[in-house]
Amino acid sequence: MKRSNQLLALLGLLTASAGVFAAGADLGQAEKQATNWTAIIMFGAFVAATMFITKWAAAKTKSAADFYTGGGGITGFQNGLAIAGDYMSAASFLGISAAVMASGFDGLIYSIGFLVGWPVVTFLMAERLRNLGKFTFADVAAFRFSQTPIRMFAASGTLVVVAFYLIAQMVGAGQLIKLLFGLEYYIAVVIVGALMMVYVLFGGMTATTWVQIIKACLLLGGASFMAFMVLVQFGFSPEAMFAKAVEIKTGLASAAGKTPEEAAKAGSSIMGPGSFVKDPISAISFGMALMFGTAGLPHILMRFFTVPNAKEARKSVLWATTWIGYFYILTFIIGFGAIAFVLTNPQFLDAKGGLIGGGNMAAIHLANAVGGNVFLGFISAVAFATILAVVAGLTLSGASAVSHDIYATVIKKGKADSASELKVSRWTTIALGIIAVTLGIAFEKQNIAFMVSLAFAIAASANFPVLFMSVLWKNCTTRGAVIGGFLGLISSVLLTVLSASVWEAVLGNAKGSAPFPYTSPALFSMTIGFVGIWLFSILDNSERAKIDRAGFLAQQVRSETGIGASSASGH
Amino acid sequence: MEMDLANRIASHPKYQELKAKRSSFGWILTALMMIVYYGFILLVAFNKEFLSQKLGAGVMTMGMPIGLGVIVFTIVITGIYVRRANSEFDDLTEEIKKAVTK
Repeated sequence: MKRSNQLLALLGLLTASAGVFAAGADLGQAEKQATNWTAIIMFGAFVAATMFITKWAAAKTKSAADFYTGGGGITGFQNGLAIAGDYMSAASFLGISAAVMASGFDGLIYSIGFLVGWPVVTFLMAERLRNLGKFTFADVAAFRFSQTPIRMFAASGTLVVVAFYLIAQMVGAGQLIKLLFGLEYYIAVVIVGALMMVYVLFGGMTATTWVQIIKACLLLGGASFMAFMVLVQFGFSPEAMFAKAVEIKTGLASAAGKTPEEAAKAGSSIMGPGSFVKDPISAISFGMALMFGTAGLPHILMRFFTVPNAKEARKSVLWATTWIGYFYILTFIIGFGAIAFVLTNPQFLDAKGGLIGGGNMAAIHLANAVGGNVFLGFISAVAFATILAVVAGLTLSGASAVSHDIYATVIKKGKADSASELKVSRWTTIALGIIAVTLGIAFEKQNIAFMVSLAFAIAASANFPVLFMSVLWKNCTTRGAVIGGFLGLISSVLLTVLSASVWEAVLGNAKGSAPFPYTSPALFSMTIGFVGIWLFSILDNSERAKIDRAGFLAQQVRSETGIGASSASGH
Repeated sequence: MEMDLANRIASHPKYQELKAKRSSFGWILTALMMIVYYGFILLVAFNKEFLSQKLGAGVMTMGMPIGLGVIVFTIVITGIYVRRANSEFDDLTEEIKKAVTK
């Protein structure tokens, strides 16, 4: 069992880094740092700039369509940056660079997992989504089906994914800001909740998009500068950088009392795969959650409705993939830079030889090492801004599910006027903000490392199969999609609860007692979702099923050609 | 969309061509991406020695260029699809639109 525990520990650390800063254990132990005024002033400047944008965006947000899609006038390039801004979290910046510092190559394996979903989104989803949908992914899934059941399913899928992702982000924000700014946990959570509410409430999709674009530029700019400063030290030779890192790791191992051979082995271990993948089933399952989860995240899918047509939708994904891939290469260099300049510098180490503030501080200390105090303040402010942007996107998508899918379509049967729909989405935003802050505070001391991987697993097992089958399979019916989708949702949650990350780490059962032995449920829950949709569709002989199947041709024509597609702003 | 317009488009030969071309292209690229990614994961799971093998006299290993290669491949394959879709497929779509709406 030792082996899989090691894997779990690493996965725990890494999932933490995933979309969140969820290493509750890690960061929870972190002591509050001295108040960092440079960082606070820079963050203040960011907030001032985004408030200005929100004011401008508020004047443009007059209808429900403006609120959901920013009027549809966003270009592919802008949308690509905004998608990257939605996807690159503070945690993937700090967590992946920390993972690379700790274990080298393994950190790279992990970041690759977060990238490979994008081509799948491009080839199978992006343009079809744009051609069929209007505001939410439920528009696409429900295109030819009976509205009420499928919208209820899609809203549940959206809200569950958003809830787990949001809690993880809020807890991460609190821990991170305690660490970087020296503010109290609850103050940080309230600030994030309040700012996010202001962006979404007044500025809707337009403000959210621009917050994400600015954040993406700041994050990419800051990370590029750090990577550049690292590479300069080595004369732009990766070989020299890797050699130095291996030398330092070897030195640290022999200082810890290893024999010369063992130390040399430990040193060179960062250049190849280590303990990340021990059990192939977990590895494949986790890879599937990341790959197909990306294609089922409601806040990401929603971004495809902000561009005017399929061509711009495709350009968006290409830009997003490029920026995100570039970003992961940067975090890799930053991680190796941290080995070289942080691990041996007593300024950044505590009495026990660990990093001050915990392992996830690698990139933050490196910012100080290569750019001094001002750059440290800048990177800290960027990390805060990053959380805000991700949280705003999530809230917007949750609010749309309630106002567009539940209120306008299910309750008002599609007859809601734009003004009342807008009002409902704003009230939902306030409610979600309050819920997020409350849960953020409630979960402060909980181990939430499982939450982001769970959000990806649900997206891959419920939202993705329903979207995929409804768009591409003629015989899919309302009943099949709803039953299969819910089976995928329930099984991914259930299997996660039965896995070690919840069963042992959260519920406190004995090590090794978890009934579900793998780290991610996706391989199984995705299969359950797809088989469920298939089985309950072919068994469906109802009158509704005939209508569902008859509607496929018109849906396919529109998904392929875009003829009849709603312009993003239109009704 | 009215059923007869949908039927007219669906029976148009250019539409059949667009659908067949895009679908086979999309699936081939999806399969390639899956092979590259899951191939990489399986290599990590079953043949660690191969990835840890040294490339030259220094510390550089086989794994580094392969890992970075997967990242670059992901971006390039997305670019290949978008390039063809935004020219050839969109041109076909335009032709269909013209043919059925005049």
